[in-house]
Amino acid sequence: MDLKEKLVSSFLAFENTINVDDTVHDIRSQAIKTFEEKGFPTKKEEAWKYTSLNTVLKHDYSIFPKEENAIEFKDIKKYFLHDLDTYKIVFIDGKYSSHLSETTHEKIDVCLMSSALTYDKYRAVIDNYFNKIARQDGLTSLNTAFSKEGAYIYIPKNKLADKPIQIIHFSTGNEAAQMLQPRNLIVVEENSHVQIIERHQSLTDNPVLTNSVTEIFVDKRAIVDYYKIQNDNQNASLIDNTYIEQQAQSVASVHTFAFGGNITRNNLNFYQKGEGIDSILNGVTILEEKQHVDHNTLVHHTEPNCESHQDYKGIFDEKSTGVFNGKIIVNKEAQKTNAFQSNNNILLSDKATINSKPQLEIFADDVKCSHGCTIGQLDDNALFYMRSRGIGEKEAKALLMYAFANNVLESVKIPQLKNRINALIAKKLGVDIGFDL
Amino acid sequence: MLEIKDLHASVEDKEILKGLNLNVNAGEVHAIMGPNGAGKSTLANIIAGKEEYEVTKGGILLAGEDIEELAAEERAHKGVFLSFQYPVEIPGVTVTNFMKTAINETRKAQGLEEMPAKDMLKRIREKSELLEIDRKFLSRSLNEGFSGGEKKRNEIFQMAMMEPKLAILDETDSGLDIDALRIVANGVNKLKNENNAIVVITHYQRLLDYIVPDFVHVLYDGKIVKSGTKELALELEEKGYDWIKEEINA
Repeated sequence: MDLKEKLVSSFLAFENTINVDDTVHDIRSQAIKTFEEKGFPTKKEEAWKYTSLNTVLKHDYSIFPKEENAIEFKDIKKYFLHDLDTYKIVFIDGKYSSHLSETTHEKIDVCLMSSALTYDKYRAVIDNYFNKIARQDGLTSLNTAFSKEGAYIYIPKNKLADKPIQIIHFSTGNEAAQMLQPRNLIVVEENSHVQIIERHQSLTDNPVLTNSVTEIFVDKRAIVDYYKIQNDNQNASLIDNTYIEQQAQSVASVHTFAFGGNITRNNLNFYQKGEGIDSILNGVTILEEKQHVDHNTLVHHTEPNCESHQDYKGIFDEKSTGVFNGKIIVNKEAQKTNAFQSNNNILLSDKATINSKPQLEIFADDVKCSHGCTIGQLDDNALFYMRSRGIGEKEAKALLMYAFANNVLESVKIPQLKNRINALIAKKLGVDIGFDL
Repeated sequence: MLEIKDLHASVEDKEILKGLNLNVNAGEVHAIMGPNGAGKSTLANIIAGKEEYEVTKGGILLAGEDIEELAAEERAHKGVFLSFQYPVEIPGVTVTNFMKTAINETRKAQGLEEMPAKDMLKRIREKSELLEIDRKFLSRSLNEGFSGGEKKRNEIFQMAMMEPKLAILDETDSGLDIDALRIVANGVNKLKNENNAIVVITHYQRLLDYIVPDFVHVLYDGKIVKSGTKELALELEEKGYDWIKEEINA
């Protein structure tokens, strides 16, 4: 039985574990039909031309998580930002781990999707927002069909989340192969502000496939900063489907740091629904071996006087492959739009590949839109300059790569996170250089 | 300090240096002049260890040691410094962090501990004052958005920080106005001592009014074709290079 059949036939068993008498379940039932009809994407689809899921889908994944596997905090401490006070929503093999988490219901809700889907007090928010902007494609529908657990964050109007929120998913390898489908809902009302850090981490080499869906609603003048750290093991694959709807004068930024994993696909979608909005999409990708990362972005401008800024940097070594497919749509009404996109890449090996494809669909006539893509090698003159100052070849290369990614790193607003990312990069590049940026 | 014997070097099979000899002792300043395309910058890059050049014959000794097989960073660790004609912009790496990294990597290679932060700050303060560099300048990204003059002054600041045994100044005067030229030359003169040597590569005599050479060499067609004292530089300034070409070709 292939994975699609297995998933479809498991839906009945899934229904035994949840309340089927509510509107959300109607959504799930519809979604499993959509998945059954559309299935997994193939390379025949334009949007999946450069990313094949075939090797990932061939494993016999277990679909339902086992009971929580005991993990000691000391064993996984390194995956947390521990020098920073944060809320934490932690999942182990898809199950919520209360002893590793720190949630709150004081003024803001930082808790679980399973609670939000169960209790009446969350009903209004769920009815208003759940599955309202998620696309009806095969993968998202699959997640919707099995939606049960994930992070639920609700920031009412005029509230500042008093500390950042970490969402961390661990997989322990207690199954030979495991599929995880977290479902997150984040609602940030008028004038509110929240910072979120998300990470997926496999603790063994057993295959893991995560198909995650996150819906984020950013109301008027609200600010959301979202950071994704993708530095997983070589057998862990991630399909991240993130949908963001912004109202007038809001600012939303998503930073994606893709440093590892097997196949990683980021479907990042911004929908602008008011005037004076700013959307920021930044990414640093550093890969080696046979790692593959595909950034598929969409920014849809529908109202006047909005901006979007995309800056993706990629460094590819050995046989790694990268894809950047950035689509910008500017509706006829969206005059005075400023939409910028840049994708710069360095190939360190003859066998590394990058496919970069901008797609601009502009229907308004008074806009500023630009896109640029570069593919190059490290500058030999710059390397010689550094080496002539006594800096070794490896360190000089690392410094140049830092310099290359610098403007994205600089835009990280949480200093402890910036330090952590610098350290991850240094480790990845195999250098220990006594400087901080 | 520096001994170059019958040096032949080529890039992509084109021979650029064709049997060059040069002897520079500690405590001396040598100027190398010559028309465009004579091989001046090639010579500077080869001494500093740029890999794209192939040395086909002859050798380079630094303090008696053959450095031909050493990488650029290893030559730097042994005290070679090149002030670049075109310094490279490195966004995101501040002047201060670059110098800290350069000095500590060099010390590591020499088997020394990292320089204590206090000593580092002291050296940075002293040397930036010597070159009349504003402190704010040091926290800017290396060479990014610097004017031509600022880049060159920053090169000599780096030279002051690294305290090399052999400094090669490649066209350091180009892009400098007269005030900056004076500051840079003053800096170089203060760094000069009995234990180091300086090679000034220049197209014009102007810089040599301020950094007075002990010897002047004319590089033409990959060879030193004439050597003399500082008066030779004045003569070249006055008469140009044509008479030398004629002398050689005669």
